Amino acid sequence: MSTRMKELLTVAVIAVVSVILYLGKVQGWMTGFSFSPTVSYIVIAIITLALLYILYRTIQGKLVDRRTVFVFVAVGVSLPFFMSISQKMPISPEVQQLYEAVAELPPGSKVLVSFDYDPPSAPELQPMAQAFLQYAMRHDLKLIIMGLWPQGPQQANMALEVALADPEIVAKNLEYGVDYVNMGFQVGNEFVIQRMGSDFKSMFPTDYSGHPYEELPLLKNIRNFSNIDFSFNLSAGYPGTQEWVQVAVDRYGLKMGAGNTAVQAPMIYPFLNAGQLNGLLGGMNGAAEFERTVGLLGKGTRFMLSQSFAHVIVIAFILIGNVAFFLGDRKKNQ
Amino acid sequence: MRREVPLFITLIVGVVFVLQYFIPHYPFNRMNGWFSDWFSIVAAFAIWLGALNLLKISFMKIINRKSDWFYALVIILSFGLMVTVGFAGGEAYREPGTVFSWLYDHVYTPLSATMFAILAFFVASASYRAFRARNLEASLLLGAAFFVMLGRVPIGDWLTSFLPEGYRLPQLATWIMNFPQTAGQRAIMIGIALGLVSTSLRIILGIERSHLGSE
Repeated sequence: MSTRMKELLTVAVIAVVSVILYLGKVQGWMTGFSFSPTVSYIVIAIITLALLYILYRTIQGKLVDRRTVFVFVAVGVSLPFFMSISQKMPISPEVQQLYEAVAELPPGSKVLVSFDYDPPSAPELQPMAQAFLQYAMRHDLKLIIMGLWPQGPQQANMALEVALADPEIVAKNLEYGVDYVNMGFQVGNEFVIQRMGSDFKSMFPTDYSGHPYEELPLLKNIRNFSNIDFSFNLSAGYPGTQEWVQVAVDRYGLKMGAGNTAVQAPMIYPFLNAGQLNGLLGGMNGAAEFERTVGLLGKGTRFMLSQSFAHVIVIAFILIGNVAFFLGDRKKNQ
Repeated sequence: MRREVPLFITLIVGVVFVLQYFIPHYPFNRMNGWFSDWFSIVAAFAIWLGALNLLKISFMKIINRKSDWFYALVIILSFGLMVTVGFAGGEAYREPGTVFSWLYDHVYTPLSATMFAILAFFVASASYRAFRARNLEASLLLGAAFFVMLGRVPIGDWLTSFLPEGYRLPQLATWIMNFPQTAGQRAIMIGIALGLVSTSLRIILGIERSHLGSE
């Protein structure tokens, strides 16, 4: 079989599987499908044995192809979705700090949430956004949503849709413009933050749907950051948390917490340790911990088993690669 | 004049932005507002410039039948579709339930997430082939990666659950992130900040002119 044929076959198989999964989700017959704990442990044992076999072959001097690594990652990420194994999740201090900062806000506090990310980072940041909005709405915090990334407000709408479907929130009869508002995207990166520090309205004369600033009761007394009680930034890069800290926190004294992708989170730790941030959610783990802290289990918690598997598989292959490296070195020396 | 005018604007705007940080009063606060608004306006035009540039490059690729010209056609068609659907949807084109919103939720979002998800495969493959304990520095990096990757997922806590609280992998990962990692990040950030200050000064004073292009 030619390479092109193999590629086409692979794409066809992936397409068929995707269509089956999509139909399963839409028609509902995939919902609730999961392996029993016994089957889950058998699957884990098979994967472990396969990894040990690869280690054995490596010691024999037979290195695996990178396609084998791809297969292991694919299996390790996808199969845990169907496993029913509960994991104990310790809460890290930075997540606890964010929770405490939000929990101490009295009802009616105005919270600014900036969605500075786009769909590629959504698997990590969307669960944080959903949990945060849901928790804030349940506790009667007033939400002012905006985005420094063009796709941010659209992501906010997706998170709002989930939060507003929560029966406890439905019972509150929250009203757009009074309890929450989506101001949309504004171009200009950190200059937008700087301008908001002196004149909020100048950057957002209308909301996401075109309603004038004056017609939104929630924004009636908001002139600048001094009228905001807390801010939560969801960021996947530039402009993001770093710019918010440098301008809004340092200059205008805004109290702020952040949620970042796992890649970006290490860059934010200096701000956290310096006390410029009130808590940090890093990657999907941060999202899962926050969900657990506020008692709203969602996608973050559900996907953590996949994350655990992926991390273990990557570590296993790094170790196998190093075994091959040291054995190769020893043979050379001999 | 083509070079002098931009240099003059850069000087004025740069100096005002520096001054307004330390003197947030009239007239610098007012000037800060003007210049920030102008920055937003210029940046908005840059989005158009980027979109038009993308279209131009894609059209040229198709006309000259360059390699993978088919993907350029996909770009143009997708661009056209989103713009048409957006304009046809009127002012509420992004509201939930609109065609634009459906395309965003069910086409753009999964496609973007797929592209990003592919990284997991490449990271795993690259780590397997290149992440070696060749020397002390690489070994330290490998050790830190090992502990942080395991400590950041629940399985790390499960693997070290026999250890007393405070000595388990999650706590070790938190310690690595809070101390050695933060120290390294701070050093990098201070270095970048010093570089930025010197480059900004060179640009404001007109010593660095490469951003203006050639004569």
